[in-house]
Amino acid sequence: MISQFFVLSQRGDNIVFRDYRGEVPKGSAEIFFRKVKFWKEDGEEEAPPVFNVDAVNYFHVKVAGLLFVATTRVNVSPSLVLELLQRIARVIKDYLGVLNEDSLRKNFVLVYELLDEVIDFGYVQTTSTEVLKSYVFNEPIVVEAARLPTLGPAAMFMQGTKKMPGTAVTKSVVANEPGGRKREEIFVDIIEKISVTFSSSGYILTSEIDGTIQMKSYLTGNPEIRLALNEDLSIGRDGRSIYGYSSSAGAGTVILDDCNFHESVHLDSFDVDRTLTLVAPDGEFPVMNYRMTQEFKPPFRINALIEEAGSLRAEVILKIRADFSSSITANTVLVQMPVPTYTTRVSFELEPGAVGNTTDFREANKRIEWGLKKVVGGSEHTLRAKLTLSQESHGNIMREAGPVSMTFAIPMYNASRLQVRYLQIEKKTKTHNPYRWVRYVTQANSYVARI
Amino acid sequence: MIQNHFQVCAGIRFVLLHVICQDFDRTVKLSDQRIAWILQSSRGRSSMSPPAQPQKSPSPSQPSGKGEVSDLKLQLRQLAGSRAPGTDDAKRELFKKVISYMTVGIDVSSLFSEMVMCSATSDTVLKKMCYLYVGNYAKGNPDLALLTINFLQKDCRDEDPMIRGLALRSLCSLRVANLVEYLVGPMGSGLKDNNGYVRTVATIGVLKLYHISSTTCIDADFPSMLKDLMLNDPDAQVVANCLSALQEIWSLEASTSEEASREREALLSKPVIYYLLNRIKDFSEWAQCLVLDLVVKYIPSDSNEIFDIMNLLEDRLQHANGAVVLATIKVFLHLTLSMTDVHQQVYERIKAPLLTLVSSGSQELSYAVLCHLHLLVMRAPILFSSDYKHFYCQYNEPFYVKKLKLEMLTAVANESNTYEIVTELCEYAANVDVPIARESIRAVGKIALQQYDVNAIVDRLLQFLEMDKDHVTAETLVLVKDLLRKYPQWSHDCIAVVGNISSKNVQEPKAKAALIWMLGEYSQDISDAPYILESLVENWEDEHSAEVRLHLLTAVLKCFLRRPPETQKALGAALAAGLADSHQDVHDRALFYYRLLQYNVNVTERVVDPPKQAVSVFADTQSSEIKDRIFDEFNSLSVVYQKPSYMFTDKEHRGPFEFSEELGSLSVGVESAHNVIPAQRVDANDNDLLLSTSEKEENKGPSSNGSSYNAPVYDGSISLTVSQTQTETPYSSPALPTQASQSTLAIDDLLGLGLPAAPSPVPPPLKLNVRAALDPNTFQRKWGQLPVSLTQECSINPQGIAALTTPQVLIRHMQGHSIHCIASGGQAPNFKFFFFAQKAEEPAGFFLVECVINTSSSKAQIKVKADDQSTSQVFSDLFQSALSKFGKL
Repeated sequence: MISQFFVLSQRGDNIVFRDYRGEVPKGSAEIFFRKVKFWKEDGEEEAPPVFNVDAVNYFHVKVAGLLFVATTRVNVSPSLVLELLQRIARVIKDYLGVLNEDSLRKNFVLVYELLDEVIDFGYVQTTSTEVLKSYVFNEPIVVEAARLPTLGPAAMFMQGTKKMPGTAVTKSVVANEPGGRKREEIFVDIIEKISVTFSSSGYILTSEIDGTIQMKSYLTGNPEIRLALNEDLSIGRDGRSIYGYSSSAGAGTVILDDCNFHESVHLDSFDVDRTLTLVAPDGEFPVMNYRMTQEFKPPFRINALIEEAGSLRAEVILKIRADFSSSITANTVLVQMPVPTYTTRVSFELEPGAVGNTTDFREANKRIEWGLKKVVGGSEHTLRAKLTLSQESHGNIMREAGPVSMTFAIPMYNASRLQVRYLQIEKKTKTHNPYRWVRYVTQANSYVARI
Repeated sequence: MIQNHFQVCAGIRFVLLHVICQDFDRTVKLSDQRIAWILQSSRGRSSMSPPAQPQKSPSPSQPSGKGEVSDLKLQLRQLAGSRAPGTDDAKRELFKKVISYMTVGIDVSSLFSEMVMCSATSDTVLKKMCYLYVGNYAKGNPDLALLTINFLQKDCRDEDPMIRGLALRSLCSLRVANLVEYLVGPMGSGLKDNNGYVRTVATIGVLKLYHISSTTCIDADFPSMLKDLMLNDPDAQVVANCLSALQEIWSLEASTSEEASREREALLSKPVIYYLLNRIKDFSEWAQCLVLDLVVKYIPSDSNEIFDIMNLLEDRLQHANGAVVLATIKVFLHLTLSMTDVHQQVYERIKAPLLTLVSSGSQELSYAVLCHLHLLVMRAPILFSSDYKHFYCQYNEPFYVKKLKLEMLTAVANESNTYEIVTELCEYAANVDVPIARESIRAVGKIALQQYDVNAIVDRLLQFLEMDKDHVTAETLVLVKDLLRKYPQWSHDCIAVVGNISSKNVQEPKAKAALIWMLGEYSQDISDAPYILESLVENWEDEHSAEVRLHLLTAVLKCFLRRPPETQKALGAALAAGLADSHQDVHDRALFYYRLLQYNVNVTERVVDPPKQAVSVFADTQSSEIKDRIFDEFNSLSVVYQKPSYMFTDKEHRGPFEFSEELGSLSVGVESAHNVIPAQRVDANDNDLLLSTSEKEENKGPSSNGSSYNAPVYDGSISLTVSQTQTETPYSSPALPTQASQSTLAIDDLLGLGLPAAPSPVPPPLKLNVRAALDPNTFQRKWGQLPVSLTQECSINPQGIAALTTPQVLIRHMQGHSIHCIASGGQAPNFKFFFFAQKAEEPAGFFLVECVINTSSSKAQIKVKADDQSTSQVFSDLFQSALSKFGKL
């Protein structure tokens, strides 16, 4: 049961504010914002998503630089409220095409229309983009997606690759397109976030893949869709299979630890041929989330070395190797490494001929950063950094630096080898042939090498 | 007041006004379209501060906010009667402006009549904006709100169901008490509307009406219409809304009406539950959560039913929505509490879905799920001991996530995984992230304290000291101190390292105190202990922490007792400094030591430096009762805050689903003259408090709550496994009542309180206050906070059993002995009472008693909690003697 819902900008302005039950005193938005902005409790700098001030519970999620907030006095389920906030953000994005402060301000009346139907007197009514269509009368004022901060994983498809119509992912589900006719298309994104921790000797200590099959449908008439995954896919490790353990599980098969599915997915034939059947609702939604701890080949190898080079001097050598096919290119690669707190100056030395590299020494948090715009599969890159120190390190320098962490995105690459074999759309007419886009991307979640 | 605080500059787009002000939330706001900027101060709150003046104001003459509103007023008036083409578009723009002002907090209520006048339109967008506006301001303008009734009522009869629904919703949202008469008619037809949307609006409307005027709502018989709809409506959302509304209405009504509490219980009857469960997939994911929350409270009659429900809900665990999964897990956990094996299987089953939810979805969502996983890991660490790698921290996780993970790692550490866990923790300890480094060191220490084989861990801890980082050293010192208290046999290794630490590098009070304690305690092993202490005493003035100074006094004295010649000088200086200290405790301790020494050195030694017993278990920070409470409130904020709900919510907001089925069967101690308590005030949440007996046979009783009854059985088994591996303090799990008395004594011993294990032979007479009064809130809080000081079982004489036909008889009898009842319940053969009493001349001296009487076995089990624990035995005797007189004329 929710009392209020509001969206705040980064500066704390109300962009929309809806009071459903009138139980929480006025000024809650201010109380909330002050608390979040100046959070300091048990050494924490960052406010947790849920906290309580004077018997009012505040929930918030951050989406696209905005704060989506709900308040209540009741001891509700935190997951329910946080899921709801996330869902509201997604529904708004479905309608506005692009979700950011500007689009929200321009369309706040439409957002109020949505909010009226999503929650009534604190109780959730519906969050289905599709159902909501019949209650929304405002036309969205579309905001250009260009030059806006990238939102979510889909944004990266707009960079570099020419294959995708960039506007599609930022298209509203209700707005009419210039031609007047809606383009029939469907996007299926396989997004994998990988976490790897390498020991100082280069062994993999832990590794995990968290994947999502995300769908965004612009199809009319709600056709049935069949999505086929790897035939030898098996679920549940250690024989703790939920669906019957496949005996063929050996080398080469994809073994997921666990997965969950969107409501609309029917699993009737999943056991037999690993196909998911669904009637895709409008808007963006995750068809399936999965988790895998099966070993996989990490896309990058990291080599990091720090050693003293005379008194008050040290040298760092960072080496990364892209362990994937040369037809694939990783982008927005960033390597970071904390250096001793008594580092005063850093000079960098890149390989001769290196392009698109940036280096930086973040004085405030004593960290070196190395950015690489593009890394082609199979290539190797090295950075040398010379540190000037303000005190002796007493042979302890290894303990004062690291670990090295890395973020990247690799389009058209998936570490788990989970694949969409085909995407079948039920045909309404002979000429009906919607565009189908299946895209893969792998991102670093926590990619760390210890030194 | 508000108009002073904003200025509007027309005609400028995207000009950033530079505002010089210290108040951070004096913000620059962008409205839309032609009027580009509204400068607004902190919405009337800081009305004392001068209005912010834009430094680079683009226009010298800015219309005030008030002017702008009256401008709008004028424009609205012009448009009100107009039928010219394009009027609607113009209105839309104006309405938008009004709504945007409303959003940023500018009072536009003065436009009420103009807005209403303009609302005569067929444009839905306009209508909706107008409804929104009216809903916001009607409460403050009840007279003007009357103006809207007419058009809203008309719209309620529109042929478009959308308009009917919208109008009905707005009508119900007016929140004006004297307009409710206009609501009843449209609401009645709304509930019977043939369109599902209108009915969903109407069902919630009933609840809104109830909150405006409960009598109107009840008199119009709306609740029974809802009940009817709930069981028959084809639209799942209508059913869900009926359920929400009825839960809220019946829980609020139950305080005054017995019928309401019966109705509320009827929601938990088998037919209703099965009806809802069978259509679970028709409901939206949110409504599914609602149904699952209800099912948690249902008590199946046998295990077949339990398995049926679980099989039916099995696939809900695979839902992508974490709220559905957690609600399902709660059902599973609570259904199986009495079945230890199945319960354990449930843990195994839910592990994977929980881990998947933690790693998919946004950071916020995964935090909420992680909190629940944390709770389960803490309850049954052994079941998660092989999953420890999932609790490793990732470098980019926020502190609150890492902290939970460290606690989980600590809990699951056992013989087989300790090495790896500690290795991982050591990585974090060396990390640049200081708060996490500290937490990690504490975690290593905790693991060391709970393991038998601490050899390797002690080495690691000592390595921390060699890292030469101040925060690491500080944390480690505190831990080494605790370790030495538990494992004195390690003193040799530890002291060798600790002795090398320069006290100058230790600044944090806790760490310094720990170091000083070790210097005192092991002064015979540290060769230069007296000199280190001496130098510390010399800097007495610079020592700001009283805690450190207190420790220093004690340490110097201990050192003196062992190495008098070397320490004499330091002791003299310390006592002199202590006597002159401005801190009361420090002064008193110095004076005490001084006099003690004057009196007799041998006595001093016995007091200050007696031979110590090693601590075997450190007291748990949270009582097992609180932990159980939190577990009962699984899938709620209690889990995130790690506190039971009564600690952070107001009474009336414990939640719609928190109504308790127990209340119906628990009549309240109305006999108590000063405590006429409406049933509702006995907190709905306190099922476990009111019914935490361990009698299994009550399982099937109509009033039982599966969770609380069987919890001890389950916990017993877990605590067994736990104590075998020493992963948690064995006494933290709730002991069965029969063991409880032993365990309390054991705890007393451990804490070294030196309380007498048996009551003193001649207890002082205890007088109770005849007119003691305690309100249920306080009772409940006390019950949650106080430890059980006594658990006893006594027999009841046959006359007493014969007389105990209803709880009231005993309540009256006990009142004659100044023991008052606060809540009672049950039926033959099991009765349960909560009593309280107060010491005669002591306002704070309360005794709380839980008394469970089984008439078939003629036994009474008594649990006593007391503000002053030393008198609880005396009180218990008194209580039992009063009980034994029951039935005797």
